[in-house]
Amino acid sequence: MGRKILFITTDQQRYDALGCNGGSVARTPNIDRLASEGINYRRAHPQSVVCMPSRSTMITGQHVATHGVWMNGVPLPVEAPSVAATLKGAGYTTALIGKAHFEPFLDPFLRFTENQMGVHGEFNQTHDGRLHRGFDHMESASHGATGPFHYAQWLLRNHPEAAAMYYRVLDMELQVSAEGGGDTRAPQAHDNPIPREWYHTDWVVDRAIAWLDTLSSEADWFCWVSFPDPHHPWDPPASERHRVDWRDLDLPDAYHADSSAREKVLDQKPRHWRMWYDGKFVSNYEAPARWVPSTLTPDQIREVNALTHIENELIDEGVGRLLKHVESRGWGADTDVIYSTDHGELQGDYGLLFKGPYHVDSLMRVPLIWRPAPSAGVAPADIDAPVGHVSLAATFSHIAGLDRPTYTEAERLPTSDNESAELGHERVLTEWDSVLFGKIVRMRTICRDGWIATACLPGTVHDGSEGELYDLANDPLQEVNLWDDPSRGSLRSELLADMWDNLPVAGAMRAVDAPV
Amino acid sequence: MGTVRRHIFIDAPAEEVWALVGDPARLNEWFPITECEVSRDDGAADLPPTKRWITLASGLRFEEQIVTLDHDLRRFQYSIINNPIIKSHLGTVDVIADGDSRCIVIYSTDLDPEVMALVIAGAAGEGLKKLKNTFSSDSTTSQRTGAQ
Repeated sequence: MGRKILFITTDQQRYDALGCNGGSVARTPNIDRLASEGINYRRAHPQSVVCMPSRSTMITGQHVATHGVWMNGVPLPVEAPSVAATLKGAGYTTALIGKAHFEPFLDPFLRFTENQMGVHGEFNQTHDGRLHRGFDHMESASHGATGPFHYAQWLLRNHPEAAAMYYRVLDMELQVSAEGGGDTRAPQAHDNPIPREWYHTDWVVDRAIAWLDTLSSEADWFCWVSFPDPHHPWDPPASERHRVDWRDLDLPDAYHADSSAREKVLDQKPRHWRMWYDGKFVSNYEAPARWVPSTLTPDQIREVNALTHIENELIDEGVGRLLKHVESRGWGADTDVIYSTDHGELQGDYGLLFKGPYHVDSLMRVPLIWRPAPSAGVAPADIDAPVGHVSLAATFSHIAGLDRPTYTEAERLPTSDNESAELGHERVLTEWDSVLFGKIVRMRTICRDGWIATACLPGTVHDGSEGELYDLANDPLQEVNLWDDPSRGSLRSELLADMWDNLPVAGAMRAVDAPV
Repeated sequence: MGTVRRHIFIDAPAEEVWALVGDPARLNEWFPITECEVSRDDGAADLPPTKRWITLASGLRFEEQIVTLDHDLRRFQYSIINNPIIKSHLGTVDVIADGDSRCIVIYSTDLDPEVMALVIAGAAGEGLKKLKNTFSSDSTTSQRTGAQ
């Protein structure tokens, strides 16, 4: 009997959402305990700040340039490598419960396997005799009651009256909706009367527990539990709104209430930042096309943050329930728990919400915690070395006692500072590419030695000369862009040279099959 | 308005490919849909169709007006109509000869709301690949002609 792997992810959750990472609003005792008993990575970045590319990195152990899911809407090929398949091959029973998103969601032609399974009530499919992405069981959910997901089908079947309770994510133009709600009319805030036990967070936990209960006590298993929250819409069950009153919240440190101070920060950054803020350039589908960030009010930020904190508390309670169940099955000592998210959320920083081509901590610095199986005897640690999701597949393989899969592009996560050096965790890289009806943005980012450098490649609004350079020690909010500071010229060049030396060369860009 | 385009080169004569692509009733043989029906507004069975209904695997059904069916130009154009979401649409499929034994098939879509153009482009990409496979050297003659 080997070590079990419980991989827990959230969607669009900031590093500072958790108590163990300095969060002071949402109560997250269960996740905090994982951090105190395990390894908390203080500088973990995703390889993309949108869902599909980031999740594709998690499952393949590859950079975006290699797996080729370069923006949302580009499907991960069914033949792409999968660490779940590797674990399956080693005797593990495997499941993914919750949000997958390796394939586009907007799929009226029902072309994609994961959507077919959700609509038809199937839990796996095979391609040439191989399980889809290596999972024995896939049971899907997303951010509401619509779409080709098991959760949506379950809700419609069992509680049809609840379908209309959720926020409607897309508007009549099929754009990400800008409609406001809640007390402040904040975009995508919504009073959701759904009973908590029907909400997707609790459903994901219920289904994960149900799947674990199908396994024998002797089984080795890999269970990816993937919460759709706290990704917008911000519509937790109304019964939980008492947890955090938005009126009590402070504004984010990276939000300047004075608009001229706020805009001064934006004006130091490459021009797509200010252009989006002013509503002149919406480069990516993930941000509502009809929302102008400069209209965002302080109270709207407070309310969005309050709703996010509530969703994070529900996730933490779900994590607690999962861990308790694992313990009750007698697996506690032999289960590794890895906790992360696919990317962050601007959540009011710089006067912005949602996500896009903005490679700062709001979106790039993510929670990443590895609580090794207690039986493994690994000492708790905080690790400052830069690491990324690209190391997850190798880490899961390591836990299972396997060699690093040849398809992976990074060593496993370190368990100590010494290991960080031994395994070569010197830098972490993040890519952005988006092409949306002729609007092209391309960026490449490196983080190492306490610096973040981003090169804006030629595109619709960049000529290739712009970029960002931040000193994390002296500018933790990334408000002072040193890209054009002559005294930092050689540092900038060295960082970029190191980035290009270590970033895989991308193949031909595959076509976009849907907006998301 | 969203505008998208997909294309593919096929090692087969343009007239052979057009025999399939230029038959609106045979869309389901190469495009990722489940059902396809055609008719004429005036009911004349001996004339080319003017209407088409397609059904997707999700169960969605679209009504289409056939705008152009030009066997000389090898151009087919259609428009999705009477749809609560789609405000404006024109789809165009061109089969252009590239010598005697090769052609290029181009599928273009202009659509409002623009988001749907991406979805149709994705389906068109899959359809064009299937079309190319249909005319690959190991395909049977019956597949190419649709003969039973």
